[in-house]
Amino acid sequence: MMKFLKLKPTVGLLSIPYSLIFIFFFFFPLTLTFIISFWDYNEYSIIPDFIFENYAYIFKDCLNFEKDICVTFKTYLSTFIFCFITWFFTLIIGFFVAYFLAFYVNSITWQIVLFLLCTIPFWTSNVIRMISWIPLLGRNGLVNDFLLSTGLADAPQEWLLYSGFSIVLAFVHLYTLFMIVPIFNSMMRIDKSIIEAAYDNGANGLQILWNVIIPLCKPGIVIGSIFVITVVMGDFITIGIMGGQQIPSIGKIIYVEMSYLQLPAAAANAVILLALTLLIIWIMTKMIDIRKEL
Amino acid sequence: MLNKKNKTYYVCVFFFCLFVLFLYGPTFTIVLLSFQGPDGGLTFPLNGVSTYWFEELWRGGSVVDIGSAFKRSIILGVIVMVLTVLLSVSAGLAFRKKFWGSDTLFFATVASLIVPSIVLSLGVALQFRLLDDFTKWLGSTFDINYINEFFQTTLGMFTSGLGAQLTWTLPFGLLIMFAVFNRFDKSYEEAARDLGATPWKTFKEVVFPLIAPSIIGIALFGFTLSYDELARSSQVMGAGNTLPLELKGLTTTVTTPVIYALGTVTTFVSFSVIGISIACYIWLKRKRG
Repeated sequence: MMKFLKLKPTVGLLSIPYSLIFIFFFFFPLTLTFIISFWDYNEYSIIPDFIFENYAYIFKDCLNFEKDICVTFKTYLSTFIFCFITWFFTLIIGFFVAYFLAFYVNSITWQIVLFLLCTIPFWTSNVIRMISWIPLLGRNGLVNDFLLSTGLADAPQEWLLYSGFSIVLAFVHLYTLFMIVPIFNSMMRIDKSIIEAAYDNGANGLQILWNVIIPLCKPGIVIGSIFVITVVMGDFITIGIMGGQQIPSIGKIIYVEMSYLQLPAAAANAVILLALTLLIIWIMTKMIDIRKEL
Repeated sequence: MLNKKNKTYYVCVFFFCLFVLFLYGPTFTIVLLSFQGPDGGLTFPLNGVSTYWFEELWRGGSVVDIGSAFKRSIILGVIVMVLTVLLSVSAGLAFRKKFWGSDTLFFATVASLIVPSIVLSLGVALQFRLLDDFTKWLGSTFDINYINEFFQTTLGMFTSGLGAQLTWTLPFGLLIMFAVFNRFDKSYEEAARDLGATPWKTFKEVVFPLIAPSIIGIALFGFTLSYDELARSSQVMGAGNTLPLELKGLTTTVTTPVIYALGTVTTFVSFSVIGISIACYIWLKRKRG
């Protein structure tokens, strides 16, 4: 610290207010969560202790292979499946939207306008964007009306809303932007002459896409994937609302435990969730250097 | 080459249009449905056209006190916006040079974006709970009357709620600052310094006007992300709920288009803020020439 003060006293100090927020509202809370996950509790208070029961309870029956798969593993499995399907669709859609914006829209102004068009919904309410599917997918919704009137179905389709389908649909609706932005950013950095060169050497559109553009977009794809996967991993709101409060998720377990004031148990679940999330990110960031991408 | 208007081009245009329809279509339907007559339900067809459900919302008949939740959300949004701009711009300036702890701070910034929101919300709630216990202990140990009689909780919208939201908005602000300074031409600043300007004057007269349009962007992120924030706020708002929290509760209890009317109103607020920001951005860019 002293060495730094001598070097550049005024500029670096400007980061102090920002740092204080992160110390007090990020570092401390996460550290406390870790500590309290080893505490004991009863109906109305949490008791300082050092026990592993909160963790043991989470994995209760999980190593008993004669029984069915335990609740914890089942919940994580279901969350991983949501992660994977959402990741797949956001990647495909996000990639092609970014591809269109970066390579087919020629004027910068139009690029900005269309990019904003994709971004604006991100600045509006997520809950509203979720419930806006109800008039479309509900029992008497537009989709069912259409299916019934065209004879494609003879009864209203119940799986459209409050189901795994509607959850994934809402995730894709809400979070494709997380893919578009970093992939678009990567694409804009691609030197157009590289593509010219590939073209001049006889590569067709598909070969250029696969051998030139996709490899150069890898950092964007990784960053987008990290965002999408982590946001789905910890979700409890989208799964709650779009799943009709019937489908479990880790976030939801934490939420429910908190409402019953089982705080150390919630903390233990949070620690495991965080550890898993960090593990996934760690594996993915092995592939790139985020800071270079900004 | 790629930008030739061939078949692929039209496929891409079609695909993009579909995507935009997917993004805006559902919101459009609820705006439409919120203008139904008094007999309207949650789905099509439209039963007449009226502003009945907006009046219903205004009267607050069927729902909780939306007016005050709305006011709280706006106030909190403005505070978060101001703090996000101030803190991320100053941190952004600091980050132009390496400083003690800069790597850790950068790591925390990125980590804050990807840490599951429920985990952070839980952590902040735990911290303030311990703070409450500590305050009560202080009150009883040192016999501080004020605490013993009036103290209830440190948890609240402008303490834990504000902090939890800042961990979500500040990273966006700082990342925007990074993007700005990565493309920043330092020669203007150097010129100012060579002509004898103080660091503050250089910032005020040279750097600030250049980054002002981007600051509008940071303000936009600060306000809208706070105004719609739900996951991080869920455990830390204390007694008074913000609008998104009320909305989430309403999704399970309200079965009339009044919820669509509310949706239309909040979406209108968001769109107004976005529109004003974009107008300011363009104005500032033009002014600069």
